[in-house]
Amino acid sequence: MPWKGGTLRQFFRNSGHLIRLAAVLIAGLCVFLLIRTALIPKAFGKYGHYSPGALDVIRQRPVSYAGQDTCVMCHDGEAKERASGRHAHVACEACHGPQAAHANADDPSAHKPRLPDVANLCRRCHEKDAAKPAHFPQVVTAEHSGGAACNSCHQPHNPHL
Amino acid sequence: MELSRRDLITIGGKLLVLASVGAAFEEITGAAPPSEAYKMAEHWWGMIVDIDKCIGCGNCVRACSNENGVPKGYFRTWVERYEVENVDGRQEPHVESPNGAIDGFPPSTRQDVKSFYVPKLCNHCVDSPCVQVCPVGATFVSPDGVVLVDENYCLGCRYCIQACPYGCRYLHPEKRTADKCTLCYHRITQGLTTACCENCPTGARQLVDFKNPKDPVHEFLRTNKVEVLKPYMATGAKVYYKDLDGSVR
Repeated sequence: MPWKGGTLRQFFRNSGHLIRLAAVLIAGLCVFLLIRTALIPKAFGKYGHYSPGALDVIRQRPVSYAGQDTCVMCHDGEAKERASGRHAHVACEACHGPQAAHANADDPSAHKPRLPDVANLCRRCHEKDAAKPAHFPQVVTAEHSGGAACNSCHQPHNPHL
Repeated sequence: MELSRRDLITIGGKLLVLASVGAAFEEITGAAPPSEAYKMAEHWWGMIVDIDKCIGCGNCVRACSNENGVPKGYFRTWVERYEVENVDGRQEPHVESPNGAIDGFPPSTRQDVKSFYVPKLCNHCVDSPCVQVCPVGATFVSPDGVVLVDENYCLGCRYCIQACPYGCRYLHPEKRTADKCTLCYHRITQGLTTACCENCPTGARQLVDFKNPKDPVHEFLRTNKVEVLKPYMATGAKVYYKDLDGSVR
């Protein structure tokens, strides 16, 4: 039937095929938007082409090394002893290992740190090695102590004799 | 009630429009909650490494491994020992890093070579090749200058591992996603230093904040001969080495 103008009703009846096509397109667009919303994380692109939620996830990782300032809160005797010697800038956990579990526990004595393995610990830093900077104190342990443990002469917190 | 095909399509269409409007509304209003004390815009993290202080003890490697649960045999930071031999006027470096130096090094006794230790880690580049090649936006430079990986987004395609000129990335053997140094992001955002810097006995490596005007890094950069690794690649590396030997790659 040729188009002759006239009422709105006639217009809709005559362009039904176009309206159906438009409806299909709109439905397709809606499906696309739905899927897109479901797949893209919230606030994606806030700082760049990534999900800012990832920053919070990474920040939630638990800490293992409590840090120098935490140790000296309680162990001020050791801290004072160390501060006057050449180990003043060596952090507690550099020798004693990660102690966040000990520091954060309600009862720290329940998470008592193990004593460091002196035979390996001192040697890792102080064994004579040509690649170490010359100003760093080094010894050939086999000749230096004759097999005796380092801490039988040196105080580890303040390593004078 | 008899439901005609036309009615079904009409109802379906209405439902779809409603649902997508709702979803769009949720997207606009349901943004992430504002974060607390730590302000990313006020920091720009990097690291300085003093070659002349590194003794190759491997404390940083062990600390990193403990702090971040790095799988055995993989390293987010490691230490290399360079022994540079002079062969007919040419500098020939021999590099070794036994098990990433997690147990330190066996002592070197060669006096005829120039030898020194070089700690390595992710350089947290500003124009990072690893970020550029990621096809899905899983790795990125955070607003405070740390290159991070979104584990939930990473496909494990390994493009970034190939792209990193410093070899700082690996595929996590269990998660099957790219993994790397986070500059201890969980520590530095709560005021602690990184595990490697905390445990370095000689202060050879130090975490620095370029946006903090009081940070010692500014004087360090002004008064020392500093270099980054592979400067010709223009990665914008933020790990600065003092007195780096020309043979280090």
